Amino acid sequence: MTVKAMRDRILRAVFAFSLCSFASATFAQTSSVTLPDSIDTRVMACTGCHGARGEGSHDDYYPRLAGKPAGYLYNQLAAFRNGQRKYAPMTYLLEYLPDSYLHEMAQYFAAQQPPFPKMPTPTASPQVMALGKKLTNEGDKARDIPACIACHGASLTGVSPNIPGLLGLRAKYISAQLGASRYGARGSDHPNCMQKITHRMTDSDIAAVSAWLSSLPEPLSPAPATEGSLPLALTCGTGEPK
Amino acid sequence: MVARGEYLARASDCIACHSKPGERPFAGGRPMVTPFGTLYSPNISPDRDTGIGAWTADEFYKMMHTGRSRSGELLYPAMPFTAYTKMSRTDVDAIFAYLKTVPAIRQPNRPHALRFPYNDRKLLLGWRALYFTEGEYQPNPAKSKEWNRGAYLAEGPGHCSMCHTPINALGGSSRSAAYEGGLIPMQDWYAPSLTSNREAGLGEWSIEEISDLLQAGVSERGAVYGPMAEVVHNSLQYMSDADIRAMAVYLKDLPGSTPPASSHAQDAEALRLNPLGKKIYANQCASCHGTRGEGRGRDFPPLAGNQSIQMDSPVNPIRMVLNGGYPPGTLRNPRPYGMPPFAQDLSDEEVAAVVTYIRTTWGNRGTPITDRDVNALRSAPLD
Ligand code: HEC
Ligand code: HEC
Ligand code: HEC
Ligand code: HEC
Ligand code: HEC
Repeated sequence: MTVKAMRDRILRAVFAFSLCSFASATFAQTSSVTLPDSIDTRVMACTGCHGARGEGSHDDYYPRLAGKPAGYLYNQLAAFRNGQRKYAPMTYLLEYLPDSYLHEMAQYFAAQQPPFPKMPTPTASPQVMALGKKLTNEGDKARDIPACIACHGASLTGVSPNIPGLLGLRAKYISAQLGASRYGARGSDHPNCMQKITHRMTDSDIAAVSAWLSSLPEPLSPAPATEGSLPLALTCGTGEPK
Repeated sequence: MVARGEYLARASDCIACHSKPGERPFAGGRPMVTPFGTLYSPNISPDRDTGIGAWTADEFYKMMHTGRSRSGELLYPAMPFTAYTKMSRTDVDAIFAYLKTVPAIRQPNRPHALRFPYNDRKLLLGWRALYFTEGEYQPNPAKSKEWNRGAYLAEGPGHCSMCHTPINALGGSSRSAAYEGGLIPMQDWYAPSLTSNREAGLGEWSIEEISDLLQAGVSERGAVYGPMAEVVHNSLQYMSDADIRAMAVYLKDLPGSTPPASSHAQDAEALRLNPLGKKIYANQCASCHGTRGEGRGRDFPPLAGNQSIQMDSPVNPIRMVLNGGYPPGTLRNPRPYGMPPFAQDLSDEEVAAVVTYIRTTWGNRGTPITDRDVNALRSAPLD
């Protein structure tokens, strides 16, 4: 067991204990509710939209959460809660929850490895798909657009702790997020390069890259690349080219 | 004195209105939508030019006590001076001392955007004559010290009656109906009566249950949600056990008027909707709220016998089903269980059916509702 895993266990044991002393003795005996005292039960408010294990759902705009780095997921939850990223139903759920609990939810979804869903085959033309593939793997030097894989990892499964994977997402979700980054409607306390990059992309670039990404098969290993394993194209903290 | 002031500022929830969510505390600028236009709370950080850095303790007490601004203008009652007037000079001074120690933030006040004629502060004279009595809290000698402490906290700093009272046309709360409950304008939430045995009356609750609800946000009788979750999150969770208990003692003792409650389970509309409602309940709700609506302790609130879903106004249970929610994460309950939103999965008719079902089953005495009641709340604001 790593030191961190051990610390998490200890924390959990302490939590479980403090909750026991608070849980109701009288009702526990007569209630027909059998859900366990676990984080799985605690995120049931989320899984109707995101899937039982965060695999995503039938809806175009409800993203997959499973396997994305915990730091990234936490940044998003904090951004929804603080209003920097906008989706009212989620902000409403998270509004009065403390950081420690958001970290726990993020860790839960980061640790899930459900199978990837079958995606609708994109209807885009071969030329569009070719552009999407080029931007993803090579970028466009003339327009200073870095390759997506430079940051999101060679296998596009993301990089710990803060860069998400881009597989298992539908084209409409991806293009909506790229649009939101471009127009500043999506932000977080953790500065990132997406706004800068999307400013340089045209609407057709966004449509192409979204179609291409959503057409890619399930990765061999869904795990994000480890921290520091690839040099980033831009230093995300400052948005300046390296 | 500063620590006491911090405690009282929390009990008064100054931060809720005088900060924008996610931004620096006490800098003001939070928009408050009213039927008459939008008010923007002022900066109350100790910045000399844009905040209250240049104020004296006398000026601050005068504002809190009389509801007149430092410049002598009448204040809008969205600033709860009708409650704060009951606070003692010592307590108000302590809040002022505390506010002097928070970081000063330079941020000019944004002018209110109120419609004619409400933008004329002189209009407030008439409102004040009807609804405002200046004066500090006077203890009731017939009651215990604990009861009086609870009354002081609830009527003064806690400004509970600001929401838990029917709101009249001018945005004031009417005194005769204090604590009898009311629909909060523009927010589409119903704050139940806190009068014993009426609506969400607390007469049948134990002192421990009321205390749990106020301090932890959850209890074996129900959990807080909507605007009340914010009150617990910002304010009540930080109050001492003794003060929470005092408020519980006071709330349980408010005079009650027992309503004529008859069952509506046999109403035609209930008979029509309940088979569908029963099916939805079994599939979507029973795993958390129990097959008999019994819930599970403080984890999942019971729906059987839960007053908060049987009130004449069905607004709260409808919104609960549409929007779901987590009770606030509090010191005593940092990892609350949550309820999923169903707006995206259930039609108006389906929501009407399941809400009618929980309002009329297990001996509950609420009235049936219609799909139109549900539809009207789909666009209710979520912030
Ligand atoms: C009503 C459906 C719904 C519910 C319930 C819901 N979400 Fe979401 N969630 C969404 C949508 C839609 C988005 C994308 C929003 C956007 O456009 O930015 C999202 C985005 C997210 C993201 C960002 C994903 C990414 O890759 O950037 C996270 C993390 C997340 N949700 C976690 C949660 C958690 C945790 C809960 C439960 C507390 C929850 N959600 C409940 C619909 C929902
Ligand atoms: C310089 C590094 C970098 C490059 C290059 C980059 N990204 Fe990103 N991307 C990020 C970071 C960091 C985030 C997380 C942003 C946040 O925390 O909100 C992100 C987030 C995203 C998201 C949101 C994912 C979600 O689940 O909501 C999408 C979509 C995305 N990037 C697409 C792309 C595409 C397409 C490209 C190539 C054109 C690209 N990115 C290139 C760093 C990069
Ligand atoms: C329910 C919301 C709310 C709460 C709670 C609240 N305020 Fe206010 N406050 C307002 C609004 C709105 C105004 C502006 C009123 C006006 O312009 O007439 C205001 C005005 C003020 C002013 C400026 C008065 C002037 O002379 O211009 C001060 C100082 C102030 N509040 C302090 C406090 C303190 C201290 C607390 C806690 C003890 C508090 N407020 C709690 C809403 C609130
Ligand atoms: C911002 C408006 C607001 C303020 C201020 C407020 N409440 Fe509430 N309260 C509500 C609403 C709305 C509900 C209904 C939702 C719920 O039951 O949680 C409620 C519910 C309650 C309930 C639960 C009743 C039940 O049967 O479930 C109690 C008890 C209560 N409030 C006490 C208080 C006390 C004590 C204060 C002052 C310290 C206070 N409230 C201040 C809006 C408010
Ligand atoms: C995953 C568990 C879960 C499911 C499923 C669930 N609820 Fe809830 N419900 C909760 C929790 C937790 C609360 C307290 C939420 C809060 O305070 O914000 C709650 C609160 C409520 C309340 C307010 C009662 C009170 O006093 O707080 C009502 C009404 C309600 N639920 C009805 C329903 C109905 C109807 C369904 C099915 C359509 C349903 N719930 C499904 C967990 C659940």
